[in-house]
Amino acid sequence: MAALALLAALVIVAALDLYAVSGGADYGGGVWDLLARGPRAERQRELISHAIGPIWEANHVWLILAIVVLFTGFPPAFARITTILHVPLFLMLLGIVARGAAFSFRSYGSPRGEAQRHWGRLFAAASLATPLLLGMILGAVAAGTVPAEATSAEVFLTSWWGLFPLSVGLYALVMFAFLAAVYLTVEADDEDLREDFRRRALGSGLLLGVLAAAVLAVAGLRVPELLEELIRAPWSWCLHALTAAAALGTLFALWSRRYRLARIGAVLQVSLIIWGWAFSQYPHLIEPDLTLWEAAAPAITLKLLLGALAAGVVLLVPSFVYLFRVFGKISSEEP
Amino acid sequence: MTDLLAARSQMAISLMFHILFAIVGMAMPVLMVVSEALWLRTGREVYRDLTRRWARGTAILFAVGAVSGTVLSFELGLLWPKFMEHAGAIIGMPFSLEGFAFFTEAIFLGIYLYGWDRVPPRAHWWAGVVVAVSGGLSAVFVVAANAWMNTPAGFDLVDGKMESIDPVAAMWSPAAFPEALHMLLAAYAAVGFAVAGIHAFVLLRHPGDPFHRAALAIALWVGGPAALLQPLSGDVLARMVADTQPAKLAALEGQFETRKGAPLRIGGLPDPESGTTRWAIEIPYGLSLLAHHDPQATIVGLNDIPRENWPNPVIVHLSFQVMIACGMAMALLAVAAGFLAWRRRGMPVQRWLLRSLVLASPLGVLGIEAGWFVTELGRQPWIIQGVMRTRDALTPMPGLAVPLATITLVYLALGVIVIVLLRRHVISTVPSKERGPVEVPV
Repeated sequence: MAALALLAALVIVAALDLYAVSGGADYGGGVWDLLARGPRAERQRELISHAIGPIWEANHVWLILAIVVLFTGFPPAFARITTILHVPLFLMLLGIVARGAAFSFRSYGSPRGEAQRHWGRLFAAASLATPLLLGMILGAVAAGTVPAEATSAEVFLTSWWGLFPLSVGLYALVMFAFLAAVYLTVEADDEDLREDFRRRALGSGLLLGVLAAAVLAVAGLRVPELLEELIRAPWSWCLHALTAAAALGTLFALWSRRYRLARIGAVLQVSLIIWGWAFSQYPHLIEPDLTLWEAAAPAITLKLLLGALAAGVVLLVPSFVYLFRVFGKISSEEP
Repeated sequence: MTDLLAARSQMAISLMFHILFAIVGMAMPVLMVVSEALWLRTGREVYRDLTRRWARGTAILFAVGAVSGTVLSFELGLLWPKFMEHAGAIIGMPFSLEGFAFFTEAIFLGIYLYGWDRVPPRAHWWAGVVVAVSGGLSAVFVVAANAWMNTPAGFDLVDGKMESIDPVAAMWSPAAFPEALHMLLAAYAAVGFAVAGIHAFVLLRHPGDPFHRAALAIALWVGGPAALLQPLSGDVLARMVADTQPAKLAALEGQFETRKGAPLRIGGLPDPESGTTRWAIEIPYGLSLLAHHDPQATIVGLNDIPRENWPNPVIVHLSFQVMIACGMAMALLAVAAGFLAWRRRGMPVQRWLLRSLVLASPLGVLGIEAGWFVTELGRQPWIIQGVMRTRDALTPMPGLAVPLATITLVYLALGVIVIVLLRRHVISTVPSKERGPVEVPV
C-alpha cells in the first residue's frame, strides 16, 4: 500500500518533469517570440512556430496526466488544491486557452495581417503569464500556505499571492525560456539563427542561476522550514551538487557550441531541479501537513491506476518514437 | 445568481462548448479515412484534395477541443471539489484511460496532418485509422465516467461514505454501454449531417462539382447509417433509464401520476404546479411499451417522488422533445437520401434534397446539446444519483459569477474566431481542378 502510493506520487513528479521539459519549452518559445529582435526577428519567430508545430498542445497531456493521477490516487489533495488555489488555477487555464487558440489562429491566419500581430501578442503574453502562475501554484503548495479548509474568503488570495510563490513563478518562467533557447539552438537550420539562440540560452541560463539563489534567499526569509528541508538531508547536498554540475556543464556546452550535449544537459538540469523540489517535500503532498499516505486512495484504485499507466506507456512509447522518427527529431545521441 | 447556479452554468457552458469539438475529433477522422481509402483505391485526386481539406478543418477544431478538454479536467476540481474528493478514487480510472486514448489520438493526428510527404501512403492511412479509433475510445471512457454519476456502482454505502470500492465495476455501471453507444452514433450522425449540409450548400451554387459531390456522398455514408441506428440505441438507453432513474424518466416524459399503461407524449408543456402536462399528443400505452416493452407496465410518476428529489420537468421534457425531433428528422432524411441513391444508383442531387440537407445541417449538434441537457438536468438534484447532491459538492470559493462570466466571454470569442477561420480556410476555398483554389476574402 505504502509502496503503491509512493509509486503513484513518483508518477506525478515524472509527469510534471515531462511537462516542464516538453510543454515548458513550448511556453519558453512564446517568451522568445515576444523578445524576437534584430534583423532575424521574423525568422526567429518562424523557427519557434515550426518547433512547436507538429505536436502543438499535445504536450499538455503531461499536465493532464499529473492532474488525473492526483485526483485518482490522492483525491483529498486534489480537492484541497483546487479549492484553495481556485484563482491562480483558473487564471492559468485562461492562459492555456489563450495560448493554444492564439497559436493555432496565428498559424492559420492570413500571412501578413494586422490580426496576425494581435494573435502573436496574445500568444506571447499568455506564454509569460501561464508558467508564472504554474510556478506560483507549486510554490504555494511547497510553502505550506494552502490550508485544509477555507476559513475565510481572504485565503483564496493570501494562499498564493506572496513573495515566495512569485519568486518560484519567475524561476519557472526563466527555466522554460532557457529550455526553449537550448532546444532552438539544435533545431535552427542556419548558423546566424543558431548564434541568436545560443546567446539567449547563455543569458537565460546565467539568469536562472541568479534566480535560484534569489529563490533560496526568499525561502530563508519567508518559509525557513522549506529552506531547512531543502538542505536537511545529506543526499540533498548531493542532489544540489549534481544540479549545479549539470547547470555548469550545460553552460559550458553552449559556450563551446556543443548544442546536442547542451540539450541533454539542460533536460538533466531541469529534471534535477524538479526532483530535488519533490524530494524536499517528501513525504508531504501538500506542506505542511498532508502526507501522501494520508491522501492516498484505496489500494485497489492505486493498483489499477498503476496498471493502466504501465499499459498506456507500452502503447505510447512506440507511438512517440514513431512520431519523432517521422519528424526527424530524435538524434543518435539521445536514449 | 447563487454560486451553485453559477457553477452549474459554468460547467454547462464548458461542456456544451467542448462537446462541439469533441464530436469533430471523433467523427471527422472517420470521414477522412473513408475519403483517403477512396483516393488510395481509385487514384482520383478529388479524394486526396478532399481528405486534405477536411484534415485542415479538423486540425483547427481538434486544437480547440484539446484546450477546452484541459479546462474541463481542472473545472471538475475547481467547481466540485467535494465530488472529486469522494469520487476520484472510484472513477479516476476511465479518466486515466481517456488520457491515453487522447494522447494516442494527438500523436497520430500529428503524423496524419504533417506527415503527408513523410510517411508512405498506406502508413498514412493507418495513422488516420488510429486517430479515428482512439477518438472513439476517448468518448467511451469519458462517457463511462458520466454514466457512473447516473447509475453509481462499484462501492458499498456505509454511513454516507463509499467503501470497499471496485473501480472496474464502477466503469461498467449499467449506464456505461447504452450511453457510450448513443454518444458515438450521435457524433457520427451529427458531424456527418453537418458536413453534408455544408457541401450541399455549395452544390446548390455549383451543381455537379465533383469535389463537393464526393464530399457529400462520404458524409452521408457516415452520417446516414448512424442516424438510422440511433433510435435503436435510444431504446436501449431509455429502458436503462426506466430501470435505474425513475425520476429522470418521469421528468423527460412529463409523467406526474404513477400509472399502468402510461402514454407516450409528443410535445406538450409540463406544469409542475398542477401536476399535468398540457397540449401533448398522447400515444396510448406508448411509454410503458417503450420503457419496459410491455403495454401494461407501471411507470412511476413525479408525484410519488419527494419534491426535493425532482429534476426540473419543464426543461428536461422540452430538451427531450428537441432531441427526439432532431433525431427523427435526420433519420427520415437518411431514408430519403438512401432511397434516392438506390434508385439512381449514385449520389442523389435533387435540389429539394440538397436544400433539406442544408436545413438539417445543425440538427445533429442541436440534438446532442439537447440530449446532454436531458442527461445532466434529468439527474439533478444529484451529482451522484442518490448518493451526493450537487449543492454538497460545490466549492466554498465565493463570487463564482466572475469565472462564469469570464469563461462565457472567452468561449464566445473563440467560437466566433473558429467560425471565421473555418470560413476562410475550409469552406470558401474550392480546390476544384479546373478552377484551382479560390480564396475568398472574409
